[in-house]
Amino acid sequence: MNETAFAQQETATAAEEKPTVELTGSAALLEALIAEGVDTIFGYPGGAIMPVYDALFDYKDKLNHILVRHEQGGIHAGQGYARTSGKVGVVFATSGPGATNLVTGLADAQIDSTPLVCITGQVFAHLLGTDAFQETDVINITTPITKWNYQVTDANEIPEAIAKAFYIAKSGRPGPVLIDITKNAQVQKFEYKGYTPCNHIRSYRPKPIVRQQYIQEAAELINNAKQPFILWGQGVILGSAENEFKAFVEKSGIPAAWTIMGAGAIPSDHPQNVGMLGMHGNYGPNVLTNECDVLIAIGMRFDDRVTGRLDKYAKQAKVIHLDIDPAEIDKNVQTTVPVWGDCKETLPLLTAAVEQKQHTEWLARFNDYTRQEEEAVINNELHPQEGEMTMGEVIDTLNQLTNGDAVIVTDVGQHQMVACRYAKLNKTRSNVTSGGLGTMGFALPAAIGAKFGAQDRTVVAVIGDGGVQMTIQELGTIMQSGIDVKIMILNNQFLGMVRQWQELFNSRRYSFVDIQSPDFVKVAEGYGIPGRSISDRSDLKEALEQMLNNPGSFLLEVMVTKENNVFPMVPQGCSVSEIRLK
Amino acid sequence: MEKKEFNITVYTENQIGLLNRIAIIFTRRKINIDSLNTSPSEIHGIHRFNIVIDETEDVVRKLCRQIEKQVEVLKVYYHTNEDVIWQEMALYKVPADIIAEKASVERLLRENGARAVVIRKDYIVFETTGHREETDNLIKVLQPFGLIEFVRSARVAIIKDSEGFNSKLREFEKEQPGEEVIENEYLNQGQKVFTM
Repeated sequence: MNETAFAQQETATAAEEKPTVELTGSAALLEALIAEGVDTIFGYPGGAIMPVYDALFDYKDKLNHILVRHEQGGIHAGQGYARTSGKVGVVFATSGPGATNLVTGLADAQIDSTPLVCITGQVFAHLLGTDAFQETDVINITTPITKWNYQVTDANEIPEAIAKAFYIAKSGRPGPVLIDITKNAQVQKFEYKGYTPCNHIRSYRPKPIVRQQYIQEAAELINNAKQPFILWGQGVILGSAENEFKAFVEKSGIPAAWTIMGAGAIPSDHPQNVGMLGMHGNYGPNVLTNECDVLIAIGMRFDDRVTGRLDKYAKQAKVIHLDIDPAEIDKNVQTTVPVWGDCKETLPLLTAAVEQKQHTEWLARFNDYTRQEEEAVINNELHPQEGEMTMGEVIDTLNQLTNGDAVIVTDVGQHQMVACRYAKLNKTRSNVTSGGLGTMGFALPAAIGAKFGAQDRTVVAVIGDGGVQMTIQELGTIMQSGIDVKIMILNNQFLGMVRQWQELFNSRRYSFVDIQSPDFVKVAEGYGIPGRSISDRSDLKEALEQMLNNPGSFLLEVMVTKENNVFPMVPQGCSVSEIRLK
Repeated sequence: MEKKEFNITVYTENQIGLLNRIAIIFTRRKINIDSLNTSPSEIHGIHRFNIVIDETEDVVRKLCRQIEKQVEVLKVYYHTNEDVIWQEMALYKVPADIIAEKASVERLLRENGARAVVIRKDYIVFETTGHREETDNLIKVLQPFGLIEFVRSARVAIIKDSEGFNSKLREFEKEQPGEEVIENEYLNQGQKVFTM
């Protein structure tokens, strides 16, 4: 192997001019990853991907491989990495069970538009379809949950397949891509001509062409609106359009609310940030969705958790929808003016075309609702005077200590909604959560990846007692990689969100939600991670300080009140304006 | 919105697994495909799918957008039956002796626009091409003569009013940059043009 010599060779433009070097398919794969700027890989070896791992032995100084404890942990770590770094997450897994363990993460990444390139090993090409040991039809299994997938059976295909994979994963609306490489292709030697990144596929249009006509129509609607309202989602972050978005919000003077995937694109305390949308979102944004005259949706997809009952959703409003994915236009909510395109391009055009305004009275209505919500819900949640601790006060104390600068990674359940509602986020790419698929077990591995993606930031994983037990083995990954992740378990001794629904809609028939937990501190200790459990309010601040100030990872279990509910809430089947405060 | 037959035309790369990727878009929404034909197009390396479903236009439009979103799909159109010229081919195998004895073959063929494609001692295979009711009609005629086997092809359809996709396909073939192709330009023009 003479990859070092190869790396020193100059990159030529035309393939035929390039010097060649004989490489195995595995080495070519790693060369391609390096050429794509990959520095971190999350993975787990196995028989069908052994040649890649063998090659990786020679690339230890260039590629940092994190050995996870389960492939699901690997892919969630890849997601966390992608979400904080803005780069493509890379995951290795072997064939069969290794590949099928990626399925949950692929589905999660697909629905949350997270750029990933997953490499799976596959049995030898001549064994395909013979039910060989550890063979599964991973291409067909993953077809509905990948943006693109491809099976490589010849080493010569590897550079082009990887180049296409990265281009597809990160361009347009991002998403997960899976490349399945048979073992013969991994070991096969071939004349490697170097790596040419892909920037065009003839049948792939990553983003629609922006049409000025729609910009003008949208601007006209906005300029004539009395009560316009902006809803923003993750598209703003994926498009790195935070500054363009802020400029649009500030010039137009329009109140703006966010989906949980869009949280943090502008700071939590921005005066026009009126809160969170959806089932457990804030009171004002939900009610006033059904009173605005123009609804401007930016990089969001009108998920059912945001819209509630569609036939009663914003029927009075003209809808402007800015989205990079034409399939999202009219999918759920009928659009008056579709503004196709990358919001990095469309927002500045729209900002230029809208008039500078201040919607003071309209904004004040949101603030009125905020005051009502504070009295009915928020004050009790964040500043309880007695009784057991609430999840909200834990997040509020965390805000005080981190000042909104931490990356908050949440699992799924009540704590997720509480954290998304109350976590202060000063910076973009600070909220990592499983928004679309709602994957329990996401947070612990995602936090590991998030820390690798944002190594200079504090990463706090906020996890429920249920979710942490789904991927708790990833404490081993933390132990081995020495990564600094703050693990905060909010333990209410229940599968809280299901219990809340059972309380509200199933007459308190608490069917199998009473979950017992191990001694989390001892479990962490077993992995060499210091920890502490608290149940007294007087210990909260000091314990959080201890967690944050610990030089490495730390597990803090906070016992919170058992039967606490997350409010406000839009019950399923209700319209957003029927949101309940209790 | 009323359900009716729609003809979906999909231009794609010739790629293994793409049929599955497209079919999944229908199956995950529990939509039955009435007819599916895939064949090479006039341009090397580009395939054309003809898919027939019975659905509302709103659903069809959303389906087409999801199909067109697939990486290896170049373009998707949908049309009602009135907007396309379409044909299905059918083959009928009948016992040679009964047909020879009891039927006026010449008349039968003429009346149904059919032709004999194979004549053997033991059986004859007829072929006819047309709309569903036409090919169905010959089944009724041949059934009394001991129809042995029947098969009908998927629908092939060609767009009536469109200038065709040929020139655009040639652009794709030349791999010209994507910027020169205005995507989804007809997306919101509804009935006025024969595209999404």
